[in-house]
Amino acid sequence: MNGLSGKAAIVGIGATEFSKNSGRSELRLAVEAITAALEDAGIDRAEVDGLSTYTMDNNPEIEVFRNIGGRQLKFFSRIHYGGGAACAPVMQAAMAVATGVAEVVVCYRAMNERSQYRFGSGYTPPPVPNAESAHYGYYVPFGLISPASWVAMAARRYMHETGATSEDFGRVSVACRAHAATNPAAWFYQQPITLDDHQASRWIVEPLHLLDCCQESDGAVAIVVTSAARAAKLRQPPAIIRAAAQGAADDQQMMTSYYRSDIARLSEMDLVAEQLYAQAQVRPDDIRTAILYDHFSPFVLPQLEAFGFAGRGQARHFIAREGIGPGGRLPVNTNGGQLGEAYIHGMNGIAEAVRQVRGTSVNQVPGPGHVLVTAGTGVPTSGLILAAE
Amino acid sequence: MSELLEQARAWVGRPASPPATARDPVNLPMIRRWCEAMGETNPIYLDEAAARAAGHPGIVAPPAMLDVWAMAPYRPGGRTAEEGMAVLSLFDAAGYTGVVATNVRQDYGRYLRLGEVVTSTPIVADVSDEKRTALGIGHFVTLAYDFTVDGEPVGRMTFRVLKFRPNLAQPHSAEPSAEAKAWPHPRPAITHDNAFFWEGVNQRKLLFQSCEGRLRHPPGPMDPLTGSLDFEIVEASGRGTIHSFVVMHQPRLPGFDYPLPVVLVELEEGVRIVANMIDAAPEAVEIGRAVVADFVEIEPGYLLPAFRFA
Repeated sequence: MNGLSGKAAIVGIGATEFSKNSGRSELRLAVEAITAALEDAGIDRAEVDGLSTYTMDNNPEIEVFRNIGGRQLKFFSRIHYGGGAACAPVMQAAMAVATGVAEVVVCYRAMNERSQYRFGSGYTPPPVPNAESAHYGYYVPFGLISPASWVAMAARRYMHETGATSEDFGRVSVACRAHAATNPAAWFYQQPITLDDHQASRWIVEPLHLLDCCQESDGAVAIVVTSAARAAKLRQPPAIIRAAAQGAADDQQMMTSYYRSDIARLSEMDLVAEQLYAQAQVRPDDIRTAILYDHFSPFVLPQLEAFGFAGRGQARHFIAREGIGPGGRLPVNTNGGQLGEAYIHGMNGIAEAVRQVRGTSVNQVPGPGHVLVTAGTGVPTSGLILAAE
Repeated sequence: MSELLEQARAWVGRPASPPATARDPVNLPMIRRWCEAMGETNPIYLDEAAARAAGHPGIVAPPAMLDVWAMAPYRPGGRTAEEGMAVLSLFDAAGYTGVVATNVRQDYGRYLRLGEVVTSTPIVADVSDEKRTALGIGHFVTLAYDFTVDGEPVGRMTFRVLKFRPNLAQPHSAEPSAEAKAWPHPRPAITHDNAFFWEGVNQRKLLFQSCEGRLRHPPGPMDPLTGSLDFEIVEASGRGTIHSFVVMHQPRLPGFDYPLPVVLVELEEGVRIVANMIDAAPEAVEIGRAVVADFVEIEPGYLLPAFRFA
């Protein structure tokens, strides 16, 4: 337990449509989503005094701020490491609110990741070498150039260590697409897949099929964070931030932690899980539903293990026997995830977690209990546990 | 159902616009232009004698001109509000500004003769659910037209359009330089910390930092255990086993052969490195197989390590 638990809440969520070609600037997507989130919260735009996003977001806080009519920006921060950032802006927003540094902090992620650029097309080094480009230099000259390829190396070892198969990865995709099929906001609305579809889809990087890989999307999501005290007076039922944590551990690298003794585990997520459970004072049995980062399906399995839903190497049995799809023991990614809804770098998953707390998800998981959200895996990462109180 | 769709569906079965009566009767000059534009050469449309010989009372209009006669006036910038269709304007107002005709079907009652005045009455026949198309998200609107002359039905037409939110093109960045277009093989980034490693590769050696006998990779300025900035450089044997591997299919870079195996090798000295294989079929690559290091000259003066099966 630390001083953060229960101090802040998510009180507003907003998003643009999710598409393959937004037809407008990323900055416009950002302000549209932020405006929607503030309207959802019932908070005036002029009240925003904090902004937080990812280093990979192309929309500077000050450009966003002048467009939304902001007046005094007292807190702004950006988190590094791609989708691993996802929950961390919310964590920093909660810290800012809990310490009185700011009162209304908006977290946002806006991108034309399909129509203007594609993360999967390969790494391009900066003109001046630095520690980060030196890192990619150990992979890119060998053709190992895409996020899918960096993840595939660990996934292959995971299969070797645990006996997991491509079909076990495919069950993750099938579950996510089943959830997306009933979510009108999902790109793959009404388009469920079968395990046969997964197995028949073409190779991207063995052992990853196309249907192991998340989408590429245009769109934006914004999240409004304020104090728990103020949240109680606002129009939406608050999603209290019971726990928020970041993690990097065990000879961490960006996507290629190939030098730690066991490359089949996500040591950074082990660290996040440990912190989240301690802060929120809950156990796996207390988690009703989880949004587990699914840029690539194989990494959902070690996440289930990191959070104690299954023993080490046993996630495939948990998925097959207890279920992560509709009606399963732990419905995962009830919005369809990034495999099914859209790839907004994890921010859309946080919005879904809020809907699960409010009871307004299209795939609402009934009953009490906490909601878990994680960020990008295989990279320095982050996570949240949300609850109604 | 969305509010837009509900409003649009309320039009189904109702006239899309008031009946329109042709401003000019069926006439030879317009038929002539139409036939020229369409490449129509049947003489019954232009020649009185030919028409009579074919059993017509005189020149007749090409049936496919059915909807030409009562068309709304052409105006740069689109139709006026009176000439437009309210059901389509609903979509324009909601941002579905794109329009494309997708299907047309005409049924002909009889030939039209010179001097006849055609009246056209469009009815909204159907508004589809939301569809995702290559052009954008939109709805198909089907219009059913009745054509009459002095109240006598002479033909019908079903006309379907897609009203969509256009996928506006994103601005493109400048053309890549000639150098970038030539696709040189990707090169490592050389820093003060890793220069020894890449210089070693260029001399066909696998070199690693060693501090108190512990090898480390990738290179870095500090020994994580002791905090020492000093290190020795030792040459590895090159012998190791495949710890993991992938087979690349996408994306593809010029200069590589696909499917492309990429291996993570654990060397017998305890460090791991990533490289390609030489003379190895992708299906022969497996975890645990013994390999030995070699070097490939990618370009003159630029070498990369690679592994062969031992």
